[in-house]
Amino acid sequence: MTALASGATSPTSQDPTRRRPEWLAGLWLIAPTLAIVIGMMLVPLCAIVIVSFWTQTGFDLDTSFTLANYGLLVDDALKCFSDGCGLYSTLIIKSLWISFVATSAVVLLAYPMAYFMAFRIQRGKLVWIILLTVPFWTSYLLRVFAWKVILGFNGVINSGLKSLGLIEKPLEFLLYNPASVTITLAHAWAAYAVLPIYVSLEKIDRSYLEAATDLGDSRWKRFWRVTFPLSLPGTIAAILLVFIPTVGDYITPTLVGGPSGIMIGNSIATQFIKANNAPLGAALSCLMMLAITLAVCLFLAVIGKKRLKGADI
Amino acid sequence: MSFLRRHTNLLSLFAVLYLLFLYVPVLLLPLFSFNDNIYVTLPLKGFTLKWYESLAGNSALLNALWASVKVGIGVSIISTVLGLMAARAMTRYRFPGRRSIYALILLPLVIPYMVIGVSTLVILRRLLDVELSLLTVGASHVLITVPLSMLVLMARMEGFDRSLEEASRDLGDTAWRSFRRVTLPLVMPGIVSSFLLCFITSFDEYLLAFFLAGSDSTLPIFIFSTLRFPNKIPDVLALGSLILMISIVLVVLAEWLRRRGISGSDSSVL
Repeated sequence: MTALASGATSPTSQDPTRRRPEWLAGLWLIAPTLAIVIGMMLVPLCAIVIVSFWTQTGFDLDTSFTLANYGLLVDDALKCFSDGCGLYSTLIIKSLWISFVATSAVVLLAYPMAYFMAFRIQRGKLVWIILLTVPFWTSYLLRVFAWKVILGFNGVINSGLKSLGLIEKPLEFLLYNPASVTITLAHAWAAYAVLPIYVSLEKIDRSYLEAATDLGDSRWKRFWRVTFPLSLPGTIAAILLVFIPTVGDYITPTLVGGPSGIMIGNSIATQFIKANNAPLGAALSCLMMLAITLAVCLFLAVIGKKRLKGADI
Repeated sequence: MSFLRRHTNLLSLFAVLYLLFLYVPVLLLPLFSFNDNIYVTLPLKGFTLKWYESLAGNSALLNALWASVKVGIGVSIISTVLGLMAARAMTRYRFPGRRSIYALILLPLVIPYMVIGVSTLVILRRLLDVELSLLTVGASHVLITVPLSMLVLMARMEGFDRSLEEASRDLGDTAWRSFRRVTLPLVMPGIVSSFLLCFITSFDEYLLAFFLAGSDSTLPIFIFSTLRFPNKIPDVLALGSLILMISIVLVVLAEWLRRRGISGSDSSVL
């Protein structure tokens, strides 16, 4: 109702030729998009939660409510306290860890780049923005494939080192392990982090920086007390933009992970395609989303506390 | 301001290295696509165009390419029209639940495609028994491209002077007429940019297509399955180089159109 009242004061709704009230016109315009999002995302997400409480019997779904899938996953996790984690908990922990390392690398590398663009580039900013955006939109599949070419047994690094006479046998540890997955993810998602950080750095009022300098802050002190805190919204956005999708990534672990580098996404896909156990796959999907949500909440809580502490000083 | 320049050189060096890190791995693909060697190894052997020639006769590839182009064009038209309407609603109207609806539409950007893929698969196959085809791929691609389109167009619509529209209304134009004669021309660069970005996103998307294409094949599915055969790698290199070239042209065009005139405000995160 407040929206109605405030809508009535806006200039467009005073127009006598209008027939529809403003709030209805707005809803009308956004309704088709909303319908798509509800139909293609919300309903399927609810469905997968429901299916995770069912079981697979042969080719059919047994639709009686059961906690069997989650029981299996809980047993799997409980093994962490006795004789080593089960398959699924290992995969979830490994996926979170790989994404965490890749995200840290991406953001640590992206921050100086964004800083450079925001504070050092005076002319031709558009060119730099486009240079950084192009890799973001070029084929993800091909960016990952490029690393397979680089790190492979007969790949660019191995054959290059061999033709230089530095090694005799190809280095086998380059490809098909968690490290190659991490490197590939860090490269493939690099471009996603620069722009959000850049935007929040660019928004900083330059007079704050001058004020800090005038009041006697050194360059480092000024950075940590003014620039960095003000760039946190973009930095947090960048961290989430990279971390959330990489946990469930499928292409990278499949192409460069090998048996030791597979992640939780591979396991979910297997349940739906090869193992034909959709309910277990559904439960794994829910568990993955839960793990991502918990990790993100933990991260935001830590950041929130740090920020509060910073405000006290 | 001399303290600003002191470390400029170090930072510039980092910036150049960063760009090399972004570009060199990807640019290896075109380099090796001209190499006369079935293995991707150094040193380079000799220049050849035979990998490109072998693409032209590959009918499975051409079918997959055509499927991806069809899906891409359909998806970008639908998403851009929906995105245009949604962006207009978000920038020009107040309505109940505006913020929650906005957040909901952006949600597909932060949900792993794996989850969207398998949950759509479950509802289509197990619960509704819909036949999988390029249409189901297209529907899921609309879901993931609509938020992009809306963001691009919102940035564009916030970037121009609202009083131009009001002037048109005051001079007696109907809402539709002033939209068509004033708003649309001003938003046009954003529309083209949204179309191109949606097309590239759909054209490149593998995971949703993998789950939802059924027996059909799109180009990323074709590439992914080809990667399993080592002797087909040069073909993928040639094909990948062509895709890279085309998508770089499209992206530069889209970004240039999108940022032109609003580069100062730069309100878009993407």
